[in-house]
Amino acid sequence: MYSEKVMDHFMNPRNVGEMKDADGVGEVGNPTCGDLMKIFIKVENGIITDIKFQTFGCGAAIATSSMITELAMGKTLDEALALTRDDVAEELDGLPPIKMHCSNLSADALRAAIKDYQNKHLNYRP
Amino acid sequence: MDHSGTTPIDPRVLEAMMPFLTEKFANPSSIYTEGREVRAALDTARLQTAKAIGAAPEEITFTSGGTESDNLGIKGIALGRKEKGGHIITTTIEHHAVTHTVDYLGENGFDVSFLPVNKYGQVELETLEKEIRDNTILISLAYGNNEIGTIQDMKDIVKLAHEKNALVHTDAVQAVAKIPIDVKDLGVDLLSLSGHKIYGPKGIGALYARKGLKLAPVQHGGGHEKNLRSGTENVAGLIGLGKAMEIGKAGLTTEIPRVKAMRDRLIKGMLAELDDSYLNGHPEKRLPHNAHFRFSYIEGEALLLNLDMMGIIASTGSACSSKSLKASHVLLAIGLTPEQAHGSLRLTLGKGNTDEDVDTVLEAVPKVVKKLRAMSPLGHGGGK
Ligand SMILES: Cc1ncc(COP(=O)(O)O)c(C=O)c1O
Ligand code: FES
Repeated sequence: MYSEKVMDHFMNPRNVGEMKDADGVGEVGNPTCGDLMKIFIKVENGIITDIKFQTFGCGAAIATSSMITELAMGKTLDEALALTRDDVAEELDGLPPIKMHCSNLSADALRAAIKDYQNKHLNYRP
Repeated sequence: MDHSGTTPIDPRVLEAMMPFLTEKFANPSSIYTEGREVRAALDTARLQTAKAIGAAPEEITFTSGGTESDNLGIKGIALGRKEKGGHIITTTIEHHAVTHTVDYLGENGFDVSFLPVNKYGQVELETLEKEIRDNTILISLAYGNNEIGTIQDMKDIVKLAHEKNALVHTDAVQAVAKIPIDVKDLGVDLLSLSGHKIYGPKGIGALYARKGLKLAPVQHGGGHEKNLRSGTENVAGLIGLGKAMEIGKAGLTTEIPRVKAMRDRLIKGMLAELDDSYLNGHPEKRLPHNAHFRFSYIEGEALLLNLDMMGIIASTGSACSSKSLKASHVLLAIGLTPEQAHGSLRLTLGKGNTDEDVDTVLEAVPKVVKKLRAMSPLGHGGGK
């Protein structure tokens, strides 16, 4: 049911782990099935220079977390904020319809991490 | 290790079926020689099925499987009564073939109750006693649960039900050929069984209904199976079922002890190897081939996919792996939260498994659990 790319990101997820000195942390729960995703970012000059994730969830949740960290790495905050669940799903060569909500989670967690960074650095006004 | 999901056909069963898929194709209702020959084979299969559970052949009705047997048993009793309505009791941990049938009757004029179970998945007698009313006609509960493997104290339940003039139907789809079953000794009035869980073919099953019970047919037509289940018989299927029942009964003293020993080692090994791991269901009163675990901090679909990559098949009650995105109703009913149900893993052993498989699983599952825990925001990257 999953594409090869999903399986690859699921079996060998990129950027897994916790970041102790993160500049921004986003944590969101999945209202549909009760899963949890956490994204940590490091920001320099408005650019995401490092990113890590932790996920408690299904194969699609893990694969989409991994993919969004790859997509966000090296992007400006505005570019990263523009990433949607459809971008993530597309990069993974599609997700089963029933698993689209899992990719919501990754886009939301990234957005939450960026918002957290922005709140901590009040001089930044989008 | 998913023998509760389904099983392959035993070669001896296939061999018994083959002639009826090829040259012996006559309709058992035909009165010429070929038809009579098939009818005789069908009678043998009915006898084999009956004998394996201590029933008389005329108490066996062949159906298309566990689901139909449950439907026929429950609806048959409910609709076969002269008086309209009545009260039906089942539990919160039944297979959907039972819960949805009872729900349907609930929407069509019957009173229905879904009994809670304790944390092991057992119906407590006091709970049942309080729920039985003057108009309770039927209590339906599985002998062995298909997810967590819990076995009910059926004899006590039947005794209580009969004191209060209620009939008992049991779904024994998972229990047949796993634990000894004698319908007369148990006292149940109706019992469902299915072919494909016991190394027989898919799409065949049977309902035991005690002599003297009045059932309404669910499927009307040409009057087959004493008018209880019309339709030309699935001859090869029921020949296979008869053979599988016979082999299954014999296996209770040979194959089942082997399976149980492997299962016991699996449970012991797993709980010793992993922190924050638990056994769901009852520690002793459980089907001999069932091991059902719960591992904290991780999700079951991710676990299953990893195991699948390693050639191990299993099942889970996690919301993420279900079509409804809801956690298993059985796991919620025994008091687990959806988060806890997430980390559930069912391993059901059978003829396809060896001691080496147990070793493989005991190595693979902890490895995957640790890998997923290292990714989980709920922690536990270190530890066992
Ligand atoms: C307890 C129980 N009842 C009923 C069924 C349905 O049986 P069948 O697949 O033969 O319709 C199953 C199989 O999943 C089961 O485990
Ligand atoms: S995280 Fe639950 S379905 Fe994907």
